[in-house]
Amino acid sequence: MAGRLDVRKTYKLYIGGAFPRSESGRSYAVADSRGRFLANASHASRKDARDAVVAARKAFDGWSGATAYNRGQVLYRVAELMEGRRDQFVEEVLAAEGGGRAKATAAVDAAIDRWVWYAGWTDKVAQVAGSANPVAGPYFNFSTPEPTGVVAALAPQSSSLLGLVSVVAPIVCVGNTVVVVTSADRPLPAVTLSEVLATSDVPGGVVNVLTGHAAELGPWLADHLDVNAIDLTGAAGDTDLAVDLEVRAAENTKRVLRSPAAEPDWTATPDGPRRILAICETKTVWHPMGV
Amino acid sequence: MAVTTQVPDLVTPTWDYAPAPEARTLATIEASYDLFIGGDFVAPIDGRRFTTVDPSTGEPLAEVAEAGAADVDKAVRAARRAFIRWSKLPGAERGKYLFRIARLLQERSRELAVLESIDNGKPIRETRDVDLPLVAAHFFHHAGWADKLAWAGYGPDPQPLGVAGQIIPWNFPLLMLAWKIAPALACGNTVVLKPAETTPLTALAFADICRQAELPAGVVNIVTGAGETGRALVEHPGVDKVAFTGSTEVGRSIQRALAGTGKRLTLELGGKAANVIFDDAPVDQAIEGIVNGIFFNQGHVCCAGSRLLVQESVHDAVVARLKRRLRTLRLGDPLDKNTDIGAINSAEQLDRITALVDAGQAEGAVMWQPECRLPERGWWHAPTVFTGVAQSHRIAREEIFGPVVSVLTFRTPSEAVAKANNTPYGLSAGVWTEKGSRILWMAQRLRAGVVWANTFNRFDPASPFGGYKESGFGREGGRHGLAAYLRTGADA
Repeated sequence: MAGRLDVRKTYKLYIGGAFPRSESGRSYAVADSRGRFLANASHASRKDARDAVVAARKAFDGWSGATAYNRGQVLYRVAELMEGRRDQFVEEVLAAEGGGRAKATAAVDAAIDRWVWYAGWTDKVAQVAGSANPVAGPYFNFSTPEPTGVVAALAPQSSSLLGLVSVVAPIVCVGNTVVVVTSADRPLPAVTLSEVLATSDVPGGVVNVLTGHAAELGPWLADHLDVNAIDLTGAAGDTDLAVDLEVRAAENTKRVLRSPAAEPDWTATPDGPRRILAICETKTVWHPMGV
Repeated sequence: MAVTTQVPDLVTPTWDYAPAPEARTLATIEASYDLFIGGDFVAPIDGRRFTTVDPSTGEPLAEVAEAGAADVDKAVRAARRAFIRWSKLPGAERGKYLFRIARLLQERSRELAVLESIDNGKPIRETRDVDLPLVAAHFFHHAGWADKLAWAGYGPDPQPLGVAGQIIPWNFPLLMLAWKIAPALACGNTVVLKPAETTPLTALAFADICRQAELPAGVVNIVTGAGETGRALVEHPGVDKVAFTGSTEVGRSIQRALAGTGKRLTLELGGKAANVIFDDAPVDQAIEGIVNGIFFNQGHVCCAGSRLLVQESVHDAVVARLKRRLRTLRLGDPLDKNTDIGAINSAEQLDRITALVDAGQAEGAVMWQPECRLPERGWWHAPTVFTGVAQSHRIAREEIFGPVVSVLTFRTPSEAVAKANNTPYGLSAGVWTEKGSRILWMAQRLRAGVVWANTFNRFDPASPFGGYKESGFGREGGRHGLAAYLRTGADA
């Protein structure tokens, strides 16, 4: 369109339902798949990570206390709103990842469908993974999966949107809250996803998005004593980082989702509720039976 | 509100509610309805129609097609054709259709609540706050199952059965439709559903929702009619599975008819639930639970708490409080938002209730009703309490399906269990006590498919529902309900 200059977006962090710049004031240049400048992303700092953990902890009671049905509706709403911005996501994923429009479109469609997939799991995971346990005594004994709490996640480095959704959705679907560090080089689609989350009934603080570097933010999050679990998926291929974070996580015995050797093909259908259960606790209740 | 012919008295407080009627115009009712077959509304082949009426006035609402055997055949064929592609669709895509339907139901819930209240006679408060939210939730829940059947515990690749013939009752028309259609579709089946002859309108509105969702033609077919239509559907050789909710008498005849055909069957039949009140029960909650248990939906509930078993030591206090509470119930216009008890669904049903109430008095039980003026037109029955009921009385043995509760007593927990189980039915039961261990002790011994503890008449799409004994077999809801629509185990 000749004669009109487009208005560009400022890409910011997403913490506690708000869009702050990094408190550090830092930003870094993000390039497209051919190396051309796209935008400056906020360069999240240690303080941002700590703020995000506080926001996630604050949101945990409400989100984990919501009914599974309600969480399912909210996650489905995310899919609805992503569908409405489908073209925008395709453009951003194409710019970030290259590889052709068909591939970018397939990734966006799969990301939308992934929210739908996990929306459906919210009120089923307890029925699939829970049990009534036939203990040898006059007791009613049952076990149910429960969210572990605040989860820190390193999103995949390669798949900027689909990979991030595939990591975040299973964490939040069961009632955890999350602080996710985006792909360092491809952070922009995640910021746009934040805008969807902010307008789709996901309470502020349930998903917190930090653009920046896993190697810098990972240790702060792995050390953080108010983080209950850490998902190292985004450290795939960086064994040193993954091992270092796993060692740090031991301080408060965080649940650790280890990183795969290489980033998986995210377009494949998820392996059932495996990712959900990896960040769940099992709670068993005993109650006597008798008049 | 009476029409005043003199200066109204605005000084003396009456403490009465002002009328708060929901607008009838929220629901559109056509003069005449066709059958929904293969994605289109089509006239019945032999042109026969019947009238559905507003039970609160007895006035006709609409003419509805009466499907004959040839129409049913057409519907089953449409479902068979649709099954070929529907069953092959990836589960995620099937699920997305169901999510669409759930959203459309949510969006149109007010209209559908009004329509249901008009056609059924139940209070708008219940259709609005119970029926419609549960209907949408049922589709939403099952939408999520469509691509997760491999994790439901029925093997790695469970397959649909084919065409399901489904027959539903008039007490929760749209909710029973949801309980039938949502799991069937999620599992990859196609359906031919027959709504009850007195309440066909919301099922026909649902047909419109299927079109708005662009559900492939023939996946859902709605054939309206009475018993003969149902018989044609049950006996059609192109039907692979029959799901029936209704009376035990009809359920038996369907089970007989299907013997030897290899068709799968689930039955959700009558009940005569015991609602057991122990002496340590939280009394105010229990009273609300008793009221909700038997007067919810005019007692037209298969799992209604129609036998109140009260521990002898608290019998008089519980009955007194119950009576006090019943005096505050408001009976009348189903569309009034303050109405607690609406109209009885049909003249036939009112006759059945009246006959059993007469029998209760004849057999020596003591009847009590609150002062309650019944509207002159339509079909109504005052909330009724029988005390001094013996287990041998008909009102303690037979399903009344009306706003009538029979009070019996017990002394020990064992006696409560024995009396509660002393029925050919086994759909539900209630236990009221502050003692958790006793709740579980009772739950273990009650021969009923659903046991409510310190609550009653709770329903959720994730919670399996269905009966023991002559209350039928099969479960609806949750992971367990999927079994009714999947080829599992030996027949895989």
